[in-house]
Amino acid sequence: MPGFMLGKTHVPHRKNTAGMESVRMPVPETVIIPTSQHIGAPATPTVKVGDTVYVGTKIGEAGGYVSSPIHSSVSGKVKKIDSLLLVGGRSCAAIVIESDGLMTPDPSVAPPKVDNLDGFIAAVRESGLVGLGGAGFPTAVKLDAEKKGLIHRLVINGAECEPYITSDTLTMRNDADYIREGVKLLQKYLTLEEVFIGIESNKPDCIEKLRETFSYDETVKVVSLPSTYPQGAEKVLIYNTTGLIVPEGGLPADVGCLVMNVTSVAFLAKYFETGMPLVEKCVTVDGSAIKNPMNVIAPIGTPVEKLIEFTGGFSKEPGKIMYGGPMMGSAMYSAEYPVLKNTNAIVALDKKDAKPPVQRNCIHCGRCVAACPIGLNPTLFARSMKVEDKAERAARLEEAKIGLCMECGCCSFVCPSARPLVQTNRLAKADLRANGAKK
Amino acid sequence: MNKLTVSSSPHIHTSNSTQRIMLDVIIALLPTAVAGTVIFGLGSLLVMGVCVATAILSEFLFNIIVKKEQTVSDLSAIVTGLILALNLRADTPWWQCMLGTVFAIIVVKCLFGGLGCNFANPAITGRIFMMMSFASAVGGGAVPSIVEVSSSATPLELISGNKAGALPSLWDMLLGLRGGAIGEVCALAILLGFAYLVYRKVIHFETPLIFVGTVFVLSLIITNDLTLSLYQVLSGGLLFGAVFMATDYVTTPITRTGKMVFAVGCGLITVLIRFFGSYPEGVSFAILLMNILSPYIEKWTAKRPLGGKKA
Repeated sequence: MPGFMLGKTHVPHRKNTAGMESVRMPVPETVIIPTSQHIGAPATPTVKVGDTVYVGTKIGEAGGYVSSPIHSSVSGKVKKIDSLLLVGGRSCAAIVIESDGLMTPDPSVAPPKVDNLDGFIAAVRESGLVGLGGAGFPTAVKLDAEKKGLIHRLVINGAECEPYITSDTLTMRNDADYIREGVKLLQKYLTLEEVFIGIESNKPDCIEKLRETFSYDETVKVVSLPSTYPQGAEKVLIYNTTGLIVPEGGLPADVGCLVMNVTSVAFLAKYFETGMPLVEKCVTVDGSAIKNPMNVIAPIGTPVEKLIEFTGGFSKEPGKIMYGGPMMGSAMYSAEYPVLKNTNAIVALDKKDAKPPVQRNCIHCGRCVAACPIGLNPTLFARSMKVEDKAERAARLEEAKIGLCMECGCCSFVCPSARPLVQTNRLAKADLRANGAKK
Repeated sequence: MNKLTVSSSPHIHTSNSTQRIMLDVIIALLPTAVAGTVIFGLGSLLVMGVCVATAILSEFLFNIIVKKEQTVSDLSAIVTGLILALNLRADTPWWQCMLGTVFAIIVVKCLFGGLGCNFANPAITGRIFMMMSFASAVGGGAVPSIVEVSSSATPLELISGNKAGALPSLWDMLLGLRGGAIGEVCALAILLGFAYLVYRKVIHFETPLIFVGTVFVLSLIITNDLTLSLYQVLSGGLLFGAVFMATDYVTTPITRTGKMVFAVGCGLITVLIRFFGSYPEGVSFAILLMNILSPYIEKWTAKRPLGGKKA
């Protein structure tokens, strides 16, 4: 552990649902399953309209190396295959399935038989598992680093640093045994010298529970992280648990680390027990427009409006609905969007909270510089973006190290003048890709 | 379905605001303003009133004339007007106050693009403008109205031998019973404002501490006299400048280490001017010179990002 920990922005916790148990919602009439629920190429649909599918039936094949298959989350019939505009701005195909309400599992679902690393990675790929913390990076691709002998330690993310979200808290509290089995699986197939589990100190019960669960294994260390944002950001988490620094332009594997979300680890164990791919998610439904905040277990593809309806609907007219927490979540265009594999929360804010804050001039106060967990100067990016000359602009952005920005949003959050700092950084990254030096 | 807002994250924002920060600075200035009024009489109120009103009005009119969005509500004009007023003698004629304020707001701030775009502190530059134009507004002490003071000369003028008279006691210096500008005499009131700003996390405690500390240590080295060094700390505009002007966000380095370097530089230049220059007081010039160096200090003290390769 390092001497001091990174990430010290005090965002509100609002963990209203922390003490509640999750509730399983009834099967929705239809589910919408996009082929792109992960970073990388969309899956290729393997079903046609009219096909009968079951829970766990593969309906889309991985569309490339960095990709993931998709599975039906209900039993029923494929109603249509539509194009869906994703919240990120790209489009992909979406398979709409009409549920028969029976939730019949696919007869081919059986625990995978695995006896070596290749088999393990192939099975993980077939499970459809992607990073459940929110990023949605295909897990099997990460595991591939083991083949090159790069992975020496596993860092499990139980920080859950976003406001509102408590679905990982529930996993740690209720599924500690699955987390243990998941770690055992990873220890079996990977060469793990150490395992770190980072949990924010605002969840003492989870820290206690996991320390107890892993008391038999001294290579597993449960690390109490400060309750400040962004403890769950990959580089911050790696530094705060292991003391290692991921180099510029590098990946966690460059410092021998594999980072996985705690719910992803628990899912691995469940998958190897039953063979049921990733078809449902525990989702925190909360926010100022939500009447009854709660954690709901919902089939992937459940329309958000049905999910919110199940919790009791809106208390106020919603002004903004987002996937994930309010620091890094993506706002959606309508409540007809489905729950995705990497959806850990649906947060709905009322009209008042959705109103953007009043922007004023930068007063150079330095709060953003102090808040950046990586130690960047966000005002430099904003200033560089005003440079007219494309080459000069690109050079300045690179000098200010725009590539290191992980878009955690601390700078924008703390800015008293409400400057759109991280938003500018996103623009700057795209600008640099378009105009930067061709290497 | 009603219309939803779609925007890039983050979707929540701090409860702090620029307006709130400016309000905090105004609150922190109040003890000093009250003390100045008690010490120098109602003339102080007139000076403060004229400066603040002129500041608001000139920014308001400037924005209208150049068709810019109205910015008066950010309260920064009030801060500038108030700080400038506190830098003046209580008997400064109203038209001089107005001219100085117009210079600070229009020339130093608005013409450079308004709040956040100026490279020099408006209040300091306004003070220097007035010092050059009407020497009596800033230099030379006004006489406190509530006590008998043997000389109208400021302690710094007395120490430097420019004027004859007896020095006030250190206790009087702390309370502010001496000649000087409205806001710079009462050390206790300034410290109260300092404590408030630190408590509200508007400023870091280091800048004023290092600035004043540098002046104290260098004075001690030069004079080898503890009492005289304490007079150096309590005299002139040092405490006021260190707490309210050297901590200005806009014109100081953005990094915390940069702010420390800035403070050391301010202290050094203040001492050089006080002991070796022709002016008895050097705080304003020190801060102004360091304002100009700020972008360079900022560059030298840039943090190395986590994992960042050396360029």
